[in-house]
Amino acid sequence: MSPEAKGQTIGKDAKDMQELNLTVSSSPHVRCNESIPKIMWNVVAALVPAAAFGVYYFGANALLNMVVAVVSAVIFEFLWEKALHKKVTITDGSAVITGLLLAMCCPPSLPWWMSIVGSFLAIVVCKQSMGGLGYNLFNPAHVGRAGLMVSWPIAMTTWTNMDGSAAVNAVAGPTPLNAFKHGGQDALFNAFNATDWGTVYQQMFFGMRSGSAGETCTVLLILGGLYLIWRGYVKWQVPVVMIATVGVLTAIIYSPNVAVFEMMAGGLIIGAFFMATDMVTAPITLKGQIIFALGAGLITVLIRVLGGYPEGVCYSILLMNTLTPLIDRLVKPTVFGEVKAKGAK
Amino acid sequence: MLKTFKRGGVHPDDGKIYAKDKAIETPAIPDQVVIPMSQHFGAPCTPTVKVGDHVKKGQLIGTSDAFLHADIHASISGDVVKVAPMPHNMMVKCMAVVIKSDGKDEWADGIPQERDWTKLESKEIIELIKKAGVVGCGGATFPAHVKFTPNKPVDTFIVNGAECEPYLTCDYRAMVEDEYVQKLVTGVQIIMKALGVHQGYIGIEDNKPEAIAKLTEAFKDIPEVTVQPCVTKYPQGAEKMMIEAMTGRQVEPGGLPMNVGCVVSNVGTVIAVTDAVCHGIPFISRLTTVTGDCIKEPKNLNLRIGTLFQEVIDYCGGFSQTPDRVIGGGPMMGLAQYQLDVPITKGASGILALSPEKCQVGEESPCIRCGRCVEACPMGLIPSQLSIFSSCQAWDKCMEYGVMNCVECGSCVYTCPAKRNIVQYIRNAKAQCKAMQRAAQAKADAQKAKK
Repeated sequence: MSPEAKGQTIGKDAKDMQELNLTVSSSPHVRCNESIPKIMWNVVAALVPAAAFGVYYFGANALLNMVVAVVSAVIFEFLWEKALHKKVTITDGSAVITGLLLAMCCPPSLPWWMSIVGSFLAIVVCKQSMGGLGYNLFNPAHVGRAGLMVSWPIAMTTWTNMDGSAAVNAVAGPTPLNAFKHGGQDALFNAFNATDWGTVYQQMFFGMRSGSAGETCTVLLILGGLYLIWRGYVKWQVPVVMIATVGVLTAIIYSPNVAVFEMMAGGLIIGAFFMATDMVTAPITLKGQIIFALGAGLITVLIRVLGGYPEGVCYSILLMNTLTPLIDRLVKPTVFGEVKAKGAK
Repeated sequence: MLKTFKRGGVHPDDGKIYAKDKAIETPAIPDQVVIPMSQHFGAPCTPTVKVGDHVKKGQLIGTSDAFLHADIHASISGDVVKVAPMPHNMMVKCMAVVIKSDGKDEWADGIPQERDWTKLESKEIIELIKKAGVVGCGGATFPAHVKFTPNKPVDTFIVNGAECEPYLTCDYRAMVEDEYVQKLVTGVQIIMKALGVHQGYIGIEDNKPEAIAKLTEAFKDIPEVTVQPCVTKYPQGAEKMMIEAMTGRQVEPGGLPMNVGCVVSNVGTVIAVTDAVCHGIPFISRLTTVTGDCIKEPKNLNLRIGTLFQEVIDYCGGFSQTPDRVIGGGPMMGLAQYQLDVPITKGASGILALSPEKCQVGEESPCIRCGRCVEACPMGLIPSQLSIFSSCQAWDKCMEYGVMNCVECGSCVYTCPAKRNIVQYIRNAKAQCKAMQRAAQAKADAQKAKK
């Protein structure tokens, strides 16, 4: 269906039109100034501070992985679209987000070529093979991360220590979540050289901990998220519900002190603000999005508490992605007048 | 306190600045008018005059036996020079009567006729409105006499003064200029008497504080009528949204305002009713805004029905720059014209000429499921999903997702970052679904007949 018919003529009556060349199209004739590239580049802008902190804190290899992931994601998108004679959409910023998020969700010490594989999985397997932006069922960056996790589990769990050296994530693992999972509160305090929760919280809040390259700095991620909420691209209910679900459940299971730690740990903040809010793979109604966030928070806690992995945000969001079509089918807005009509005499 | 509808809505740039302060002008009578036989919702009229006839202003020139129609009258005096299909501002072509002016602008016999409305019965009022061919001026052009004889009990009359379409200002001018305000005050009372209701509202968006002040003053002695400011939010002036804002009642899907005891009329309609009832003047002129960034001198005009767009634009100094679009109506729901030899009809609320900068619609791309359309839809639909179902020709799915409830306000399209022409998809789906329903009905009827 052609949206516009420029220069369309109907019989002889079109003489004025040929002079004026009026555009004929279906109403409305004015549009807001939002666009997909504008949304996407704003998301990139919101991610940059936390990514920059990751580079500052973890060093050059984090930067290398981010650059490689972004560039390779864009190249894969370009090649795919060229090969299929589709319109090239690399300037819309969505491949940049995918690459950047992928690198931010992987260990900073990851060999750079693995980032290319991750980008391939994200862009080609997850996104483009399903039809490109808007059609993918799963969050591309998380698909890339999950793919790398099952392919190179050692590399994907080798964390840069807080003193800067790489350590294999073995028994006394260095990520705070891992420390807590295997050694409880004592191991966690040890990892931070702390004697009280306050120090732990402070370190976690400002991102002074081991973890994935861009997930550590809670404060910058929240600021980026707040920016997107202010722009209207993210609904505040989604991150709040997801983080609160994790907080409430861990407070019940462990203690309120642990809950505060859990809410800032792992990939929860970046996941809640930037992945659970991914427009394409989350439900379309606000009610659906809240259900999605609730489910993602619940699965995160289940994995963290009962699962084999110390962290579960990636899988929880991927699992909830599978439920998105179902949620969308079940949760629809009430059509104007419907409820009142039922209640009427 | 400001009122509004609960769900959805958008805030487009209102563009009222161009013509807001331009007092209503009445141009000289045109040399020739083209009066289409279909200017209303319902059956088209049949011409009652032929080429060569001399007609006078206000004389009946088209009527129909159908229940749902509005009579059509000559808007100038002169000779009928053509009775043929002519271009129309809302359809491609329509049977029309072309009258060449004799320059005298003579009234037909018995017009105008002064009457005291307070002495008229409800039935007589309705008959006068019917005789004058009054239709809804907001754009839907529903015959007023049919609207004012609801077959369900009503208790509320609402004047729709929201004028939520950006750029348009003719309703606003009518609400601040004394001559029209007086007619408005009378008209509201006439209609309330005809309907037998004792509760009236005038809903006005709060971007028109002068109109709110003026009408509050004008109606201060009529306690039955409340001038109610509304939030400036598109589509505040959509009938169902206006009813919800004023009364809190929601018309059920597929229902009419009378189902919740309401009748809604546009400001222009009320003024036309006063003319019809008090002065016996048929609907032969209307207020129209000529505006947009491409019009040299934007104006609010009192135009004879049948005046051509081209002449109206010339009267406003022509184009200041080449327009990308000339729209009959507002930018949200108006119809883009393909040429300018189309007449002002009873539903023509505006002529809008926009530059390419003002109507950049952008290139359509796939839906990214951002949900902005769901948020914007005042009817509680999922526009993005409907557009996808429609593009896949999944008509049954469209029905399931309530496509028929769409009022085509365009809020979803306005807000869509993927620049999808959602309303166009939906219009297509509605047409297909209607055809399917008709076919199913015909089949059922045929089977019934067989038995």
